[in-house]
Amino acid sequence: MFFLKILIRNAFRNRLRTSLTILGMTIAILAFGLLRTFIAAWYAGVEASSATRLVTRNAVSIIFPLPISYREKIRQINGVKMVSHGTWFGGVYIDEKNFFPNFAVEPKTYLELYPEFGLSPNEKEAFLKDRKGFVAGRKLINRYGWKIGDIVTLKGSIFFGNWDFVLRGIYRGRDENTDETQFFFHWDYLNEGLKKRGHVWGDQVGFYMVGVTQPELATDVSLAIDHQFKNSLAETLTETEKAFQQGFIAMSGAIVTAIQIVSFVVIIIIMAVVANTMAMTTRERIGEYAILKTLGFRGLHIVGLIFGESLVITMMGCLLGIALTFPAAKIISAELGTYFPVFNVERETLFLNLGATGIVAFIAAIVPTRRAIQIRIADGLRRIG
Amino acid sequence: MAIPISYNFRNLWTRRLTTVLTLSGMALVVFVFASILMLAEGLRKTLVETGSHDNVVFLRKGAATEVVSGVSRDQASILETLPEIASNPKGQKLLAKEAVVLIALPKKRSGTPSNVVLRGIGENSLFLRPQVKLVEGRLPRVGSPEVIVGISIAKRFVGIGMDETLCCAMRDWRVVGIFDAGSTGFSSEIWGDVDQFMQAFRRPGYSSVIFRLRDSSEFQNVKSRVENDPRLTLVAKRETKYYAEQSEIMAKFLRILGTSLTIIFSLGAVIGAMITMYSAVANRIAEIGTLRALGFKRRDILTAFLAESLFLGFLGGLVGLFFASFMQLITISTMNFQTFAELAFSFTLTFEIIYKGMFFSLIMGFVGGLLPALRASRMIIVDALRAA
Repeated sequence: MFFLKILIRNAFRNRLRTSLTILGMTIAILAFGLLRTFIAAWYAGVEASSATRLVTRNAVSIIFPLPISYREKIRQINGVKMVSHGTWFGGVYIDEKNFFPNFAVEPKTYLELYPEFGLSPNEKEAFLKDRKGFVAGRKLINRYGWKIGDIVTLKGSIFFGNWDFVLRGIYRGRDENTDETQFFFHWDYLNEGLKKRGHVWGDQVGFYMVGVTQPELATDVSLAIDHQFKNSLAETLTETEKAFQQGFIAMSGAIVTAIQIVSFVVIIIIMAVVANTMAMTTRERIGEYAILKTLGFRGLHIVGLIFGESLVITMMGCLLGIALTFPAAKIISAELGTYFPVFNVERETLFLNLGATGIVAFIAAIVPTRRAIQIRIADGLRRIG
Repeated sequence: MAIPISYNFRNLWTRRLTTVLTLSGMALVVFVFASILMLAEGLRKTLVETGSHDNVVFLRKGAATEVVSGVSRDQASILETLPEIASNPKGQKLLAKEAVVLIALPKKRSGTPSNVVLRGIGENSLFLRPQVKLVEGRLPRVGSPEVIVGISIAKRFVGIGMDETLCCAMRDWRVVGIFDAGSTGFSSEIWGDVDQFMQAFRRPGYSSVIFRLRDSSEFQNVKSRVENDPRLTLVAKRETKYYAEQSEIMAKFLRILGTSLTIIFSLGAVIGAMITMYSAVANRIAEIGTLRALGFKRRDILTAFLAESLFLGFLGGLVGLFFASFMQLITISTMNFQTFAELAFSFTLTFEIIYKGMFFSLIMGFVGGLLPALRASRMIIVDALRAA
């Protein structure tokens, strides 16, 4: 306790400098925490996906369809509990800036396969009964202020024309990382419209979602599905939902890596600032260290003093930074909800913050400490300012 | 009379460790700032250079990219009858009907698949893109399952090197050539015969039609004629505009990311500079008093300390930009959010970025030095002299 008191007193001897350093540290920790959260938000889709669900799509690439006739064939495979299908609709609401994911799905099986989309029984029934009906997440509804029964028109970017939908339900995420900005409607409605126009995607689906009876069977089932359609006009590629989501992120991997690098750069910058402060502090107190040595204190005591002071300063900044991270994340989440449906500060980020703080404190103190303990008593006493 | 500049240099030199630490903080900020701007610029440059001003692209209404677009055969034939199309010396119209699909190919380094654009080209496609040059092998023969590969992806993906075969849509496509389209988006594509692709990938129509204008000023005529024709549900765009639009979201994303990061980082660096300058002032109170007693004005002291801090900023900017210029050697290959396809582009340094980086660094120096310099200039001579 006494030691801590000395450290804090020492740290605040030059109030202006210490406050500035703490402020810098706060900003750095804030930036670091937000960048980490940003990366986590990028991976939110992967985190939220389940291990008991598989996604089957065309092996050539995601833009090619699979025939609806595959549905029954997949259902016959051992280990398959349920099959649902869907198509990425890619509709635009009024303007391209209003982006949100919208899918055409087979509603009954889809809602069973994705229990994390919580709908009240009444809403569920209303949605299943209305072929033009759609269901959207809570956050999306709040963004546009839609009410049950409202007609919403999407302009097709992949499937030409204007498509009308009626809001029949609002889903709430079961877990914290469930995406609450999705929009889904009846695949039959889309299919009917496409067939009327003689579109090639008539009776074709974008992907199948397959529920397996046990997670351990996932690999066997995915191999069996792909084997079933080998050498056909539309070969399939089946992977777990996690791998499927990860594939999307891997494609923009260069950007994630860049952000990761940048999040470490901010720590290096603050390291320079803290090291600077510590260098000044020890330069001013060389005389004191010489006196301490004269009194019989060892080099180790001085090491403790300098490292402790460095740690006190950085830790204060760190705690302030962490405290500010939460409100900042809330603001960003409100502003950038379109791009990042899930933006939560993870516990791991906080540990990383603390770890980074420790490292900054340690490295910043190394050079000044070396100077302080190497100086000889006589030299130290002789030196002024 | 002003205080000699050498006084400031010497002062920075005396406190080497502090100077170097402050400087490196600032240099890092400028480095990050410049790098992100260079990345956004590289992306923009790549996509803008991809198009030619005199070419017109036709896509289905509502489709932002060729991949989701569709132009039926009869619509393409109607377009072929437009009078504004330029013709080559043989009298053929310079028009190409193209089909674009995406295929997933594994990357060499990570092994994870990424989407690559497969473009089915017509006879005139190469005339319409003069940037495209064959560097190895030959062109694909019409009517055969042969492809040529862009130089940016030939090295990065598995199985698309010279003489290798690419397997998809139940056909084997032989790579017979490698082409270089400079720093344009075409360098990240695979090209082959359009009719082969359409048959193999079961596409009933083309993705886009492109032609060269006879006279560049006739674009408005073409646009209004096509967009008002009830048989054609198409939009016309200049090729330059079409590609520039594809860089918008990603460039905006990079710019927002870059600006917000730099602002946060620069706060850190400004604080670093401020600490340094405050201590420079605090350590030299007696000196300042002496200078004032010698007859230097308050203004001179202010200028001297500001100059010192600006010089620190200048050096930081110089070092940051020096290292950022090496980033030009790096090419990044990533997915463009808008087209959903792989695109290679490199960091590009422009004079504008150099100015911006330098300006930014000087601002950091100025802001960091202003308060300490004011404090120094406001000292009362007697108190300052007594402090010694």
